[in-house]
Amino acid sequence: MKWIRTILREVYGLFVDDLSFTLSILAWLGLTWLGVVELEQRHTAFPHWLPAGLLFAGLAGILLGSTLRFARRRPLR
Amino acid sequence: MNSDLSSAFPSILAAFLASLVECVEALTVVLAVGSVRGPRGWRSALAGVAVALAVLLAIVAVLGRALTKIPLHLLQGVVGALLLLFGLRWLRKAILRSSGFIPMHDETAAFAKNAKALQGMQAAPGWDRVAFSASFQITMLEGTEVVFIVIAIGAGGPGLFLPASIGALAALVVVTALGFAVHRPLARVPENTLKFIVGGLLSAFGTFWVGEGLGLEWPGADWAIAVLVAGYLLVALAAIRLCRGTAMARAEEPR
Repeated sequence: MKWIRTILREVYGLFVDDLSFTLSILAWLGLTWLGVVELEQRHTAFPHWLPAGLLFAGLAGILLGSTLRFARRRPLR
Repeated sequence: MNSDLSSAFPSILAAFLASLVECVEALTVVLAVGSVRGPRGWRSALAGVAVALAVLLAIVAVLGRALTKIPLHLLQGVVGALLLLFGLRWLRKAILRSSGFIPMHDETAAFAKNAKALQGMQAAPGWDRVAFSASFQITMLEGTEVVFIVIAIGAGGPGLFLPASIGALAALVVVTALGFAVHRPLARVPENTLKFIVGGLLSAFGTFWVGEGLGLEWPGADWAIAVLVAGYLLVALAAIRLCRGTAMARAEEPR
């Protein structure tokens, strides 16, 4: 049964490498969802592409920020 | 999403390239097992691979059918989020490897390490349990990632499950054929470049499906995936440059 535990650990590792990176992505998805719900409830007029654009921009920003933070902390190999 | 060429081709490509990376890693260990444990070890190693593949195919068949019962928007949201986490993790790793902050994956070194570990283990007469379990375990480990990729890509819309499965099976056939032909680890496969491209593809799919799950409107409909792929790859290239710049600036700092 050791291999089942190994596979479960591997499955967790599929999605989580750096926990703060994973949590930032999930937080951004949550914020986007809340933002969309809020805008729909208020019937606010906004360009139709804006939420999708913000979703991508936030995720790209998280990727860039995470790699740069790593680069500032770690020595070169 | 329609299952026309515009969505089927990226699905096949993403599943093929992602599965290629995993199959190459599994092949390295199976080759190490077979070459160290001799002819009896080869038979047991191949049996381990065959049993693991049967288990993985059963998982794909059961999960693939079960997922059709879940509402598409919910499925796209959840699977898209998982695919996004998976894709961005690969892209991040590829950036850090390309900019020199973490070491590149080396199949030759992995082969040597596994071969050395297996050399010390005694084989009982008859069935080589060590060879069987080592091959079974690595095929299950790497195969689990392939299963996730196939299911995640297949869950993105009606008719995408077949293209994703075709892509993964094609990768398995290509790597198996190359393994039989060259009988050594496929060290020349540009693993990091593949991870970079696949990371971009999977992140784009994940972002698109999360957006669909949230009810967002994508400009250009399915074609937005191509724009997202380009966007992620450009951001990743910029990240490599910035990380290298950071490293150079740190190297020039007085100690």
